[in-house]
Amino acid sequence: MTLTCITNGILQDPANDIDGEVRNVWIEDGRVVNAPTDPGRRADKTIDATGMVVMPGGVDMHCHIAGPKVNVARKMMPDDKRTAEPVRRTALTRSGTTGSVPSTFATGYLYAGLGYTTAFDAAIPPLLARHAHEELEDTPIIDKGFYVLMGNNHYLMKQLQENEPERLKSYVGWLLNSTKGFTAKLVNPGGVEVWKSSGGNATSLDSTIDHFDITPRQIINGVATAVDELGLPHPVHIHANNLGVPGNYNTTLDTMNALEGHRGHITHIQFHSYGGDPDDQSTFCSKVPDLVEYVESHPNITVDVGQVMFGNTTSMTGDGPLGYFLHKVMGRKWFSGDTEMETGCGIVPITYKNKSLVHAIQWAIGLEWYLLMQDPWRIAMSTDHPNGSSFRAYPEIIALLMSRDRRREMLARVPGGLKERTTLADLDREYTLNEIAIITRASPARMLGLKNKGHLGIGADADVTIYQPNEDYQRMFELPRYVIRRGEIVVEDGEIRSNAEGRLLHVAPKYDDGAIDNIREWFEKNYTIQFRNYPVDENTLHEREVIGS
Amino acid sequence: MSIAEQPPTTETPELKIVKDATCTFCGCVCDDMELTVEDNHITKAKNACVLGKAWFFNHHIEDRPEATIDGQPVTYEAAFDKAAEILFNSKNPLTYGMSDSTSEAQRVAVAITDWIGGNLDTTTSVCHGPSGMAFQGVGEVTCSLGEIKNRADFLIFWGGNPAESHPRHFTRYSLMPKGEFIPKGRKGRTAVLIDVRKTKSAKAANEFLQIKPRSDFELAWAMRALAKGLKIDPKIEEKTGISLETLTDLMDRMKKAKFGVILFGMGLTMTRGKHINTEAVLSLARDMNRHTRWNARALRGHGNVSGADNVVTWSTGYPFGVNLGRGYPRFNPGEFTSSDVLAREEADAALIIASDPMSNFSQPAREHLAKIPSVVLDPKLSDTARTATVAFTTATYGINTPGTVYRMDDVPIPLRPAFESPYKSDYEILKEIERRIRAKQLGV
Repeated sequence: MTLTCITNGILQDPANDIDGEVRNVWIEDGRVVNAPTDPGRRADKTIDATGMVVMPGGVDMHCHIAGPKVNVARKMMPDDKRTAEPVRRTALTRSGTTGSVPSTFATGYLYAGLGYTTAFDAAIPPLLARHAHEELEDTPIIDKGFYVLMGNNHYLMKQLQENEPERLKSYVGWLLNSTKGFTAKLVNPGGVEVWKSSGGNATSLDSTIDHFDITPRQIINGVATAVDELGLPHPVHIHANNLGVPGNYNTTLDTMNALEGHRGHITHIQFHSYGGDPDDQSTFCSKVPDLVEYVESHPNITVDVGQVMFGNTTSMTGDGPLGYFLHKVMGRKWFSGDTEMETGCGIVPITYKNKSLVHAIQWAIGLEWYLLMQDPWRIAMSTDHPNGSSFRAYPEIIALLMSRDRRREMLARVPGGLKERTTLADLDREYTLNEIAIITRASPARMLGLKNKGHLGIGADADVTIYQPNEDYQRMFELPRYVIRRGEIVVEDGEIRSNAEGRLLHVAPKYDDGAIDNIREWFEKNYTIQFRNYPVDENTLHEREVIGS
Repeated sequence: MSIAEQPPTTETPELKIVKDATCTFCGCVCDDMELTVEDNHITKAKNACVLGKAWFFNHHIEDRPEATIDGQPVTYEAAFDKAAEILFNSKNPLTYGMSDSTSEAQRVAVAITDWIGGNLDTTTSVCHGPSGMAFQGVGEVTCSLGEIKNRADFLIFWGGNPAESHPRHFTRYSLMPKGEFIPKGRKGRTAVLIDVRKTKSAKAANEFLQIKPRSDFELAWAMRALAKGLKIDPKIEEKTGISLETLTDLMDRMKKAKFGVILFGMGLTMTRGKHINTEAVLSLARDMNRHTRWNARALRGHGNVSGADNVVTWSTGYPFGVNLGRGYPRFNPGEFTSSDVLAREEADAALIIASDPMSNFSQPAREHLAKIPSVVLDPKLSDTARTATVAFTTATYGINTPGTVYRMDDVPIPLRPAFESPYKSDYEILKEIERRIRAKQLGV
């Protein structure tokens, strides 16, 4: 086995309490190992990191990079790619297109180019899981997985209606095994079913869901309970009701309360932190301080941000009624796709403008979340790619967090009304490199229950990013000197050096298979494919790893 | 944990039953076939429609060479070498077809085209390509076929004849089945057929609106106006053949429906107006959501044409008509679409996978294709295979080979092959060609 040593780097490994110490990192067989005890044993390969910052590879816990919805967005928007710099074919690597929704090969190379080595797609309909797996296999270098949409699933809602929590739990287990997914995802629980059946929405956690006579509150609580009882490494991943609606912070508080102490991850919380009157846009404002107080005092809850940045992007969501709402607001082309028994989908191109007070408040609310949360271990960086912005904006966001001067420059270019509606202008905090390492690697890995990711302790996956320090933090994080995945150099000075496949990460919880007959009976009555053709055959998957609890 | 497994086959020496097999003949991709296989022949295809039966019964193993070069039988190995040489040496090659192949094979075809910098196109460019362009213009409000089965109480079939082109669409997905919220099945649904001629589908519908040829756009646009409550000139009848009274009544009922769907065929996409017709119909379905739920869906033809659209899109960002000659993908229907690249005599080699352009392209395109070196993969000796420089006999997808196929609503479905073929699959052949091209490129 090749023994590699990254020498003399300035190590930022917060999970192992290492903050800026000069250390060597030894790698063998794709993992971090102890320095050899035999003094005669020398490294076969040395990477000189003298003066450079060494971190674990980045982990994106919430993005939309593969599967049916992402691909429809690619298909719908040649305009998005027309002037975007393409990814050129090299002797070793495939070509692709970029824009807000890059093609699969481009996605893998672009993530690796930023020093990210793991990413999770946040919303896959179970019926279409096979499609997501095919795309993930064509997304090179990074390790990856996806969350399975369950918040508007008919079988699940039927079990809540009939008060059958055991069956519900078995179904969640069966569905994750069938799809080879990572956890249960709720998107506008119940509300999407209302949209599918009548064109409406669920506006509160106690709205009644058509045909099922249950409420969003019951869905949240029921699935959170099931996920905890199944012992999944990552809790239920929640896109709360009323996304984007002024005054929705109350719904967000309600959602967190509905967990009743169960673990829950509230995703792209920026979009759920709004005060004001839904019918009066001039009252739109931030409610981040109230929500931060709640999250910090409830250790069962973690969040990622969903930062908005100014520019063109694409809104894509399993939240069908939200897609319709955005189409009406923007007047731009709109895709809506409803999947039988399971979920909906909405896609609309969107432009966030710094001249718009509403957009500027959204931008500021994201930054408030990072700056007001005192405990960086409970918050992860995300743009909800591509919803708030592309994942390619991470270096710019890092620079904004590390430099209050840089924030002030941007604040000078947004409408003045922002100052009364958010606290951003008053926040002096500047992130340290160690805190950046937490919110971009260590905390998302910990929230996901990935024991071998997000740190560089003995036994960790040897996913390492090495940065050349630069006063311009954006520049520093845009162009890592080296990116290493499982011990192999995959990026060197911006050049992709690998076309490696990357690994699928999924769970395989145990469940009561006595429940299958009941699922099967329901399935055969309602679906348009055969029950036996529904589960993804593991023999068709590429290299994979089962993540335990 | 094995998931609800049952033995996939019941084998006796001479008789085999394959359950839950998938028919890949049309875009319905029905996966409830029960195939009886005797001595490498499918002798029964339970649940198959008339087209499906023809598909299963006609794809038996023929006694043909595994490959030919200039019509002379050769081994696969010799054919792989020659195919790789042709494609590697070409300056502006064309890859075409793919819609009757698995997505696994499609991915390799795309990889080859990327490595050699060719044109990448599928049969979409000659069927629902205009629907793809309309989609890029206005988007689409759509749903899976099961949503139609479970919710649709109002169906409009427009410019399509599913009774003959997709025989099980009515019974399995749209018109007849009892669904979750349509407990009465056919009685719970209203069906309207809009077409220029009275096809066999008319009998199945409640109403048939015979429109004048080349007036689909005007009809859809008038309906959009009615949906918005605008006044329409009664002269619409002279243009379309449908009276304003009939249209107004139709629109009233469309607004009262709970869940409507417009299912459209090539009568829209391949007649005057092409993508503009589809844009009008997609816009109509979208606009109707101001009143109640409405969706639109194309009736796609080939078994895995939706897969081809998906694979080409995720790999390049564009669905068809892609050129990789500059080292990155560019999209321009009319410029990089196959019939155009051939008719302008621009392609200098071709890789044709499971399709037969020599039987349906324009004469200038066919003449040029016959002149240039070509590599053709087909289970049958098609017209295109006859003119190929290198022709591979292939196993038939779904009958002999496993893999994945995307239904017309983009639902991916696995294949359960009925029996083994002595011939290789598209996937295996393309992999060998790719391996040889890469070896030449990397000098190994």
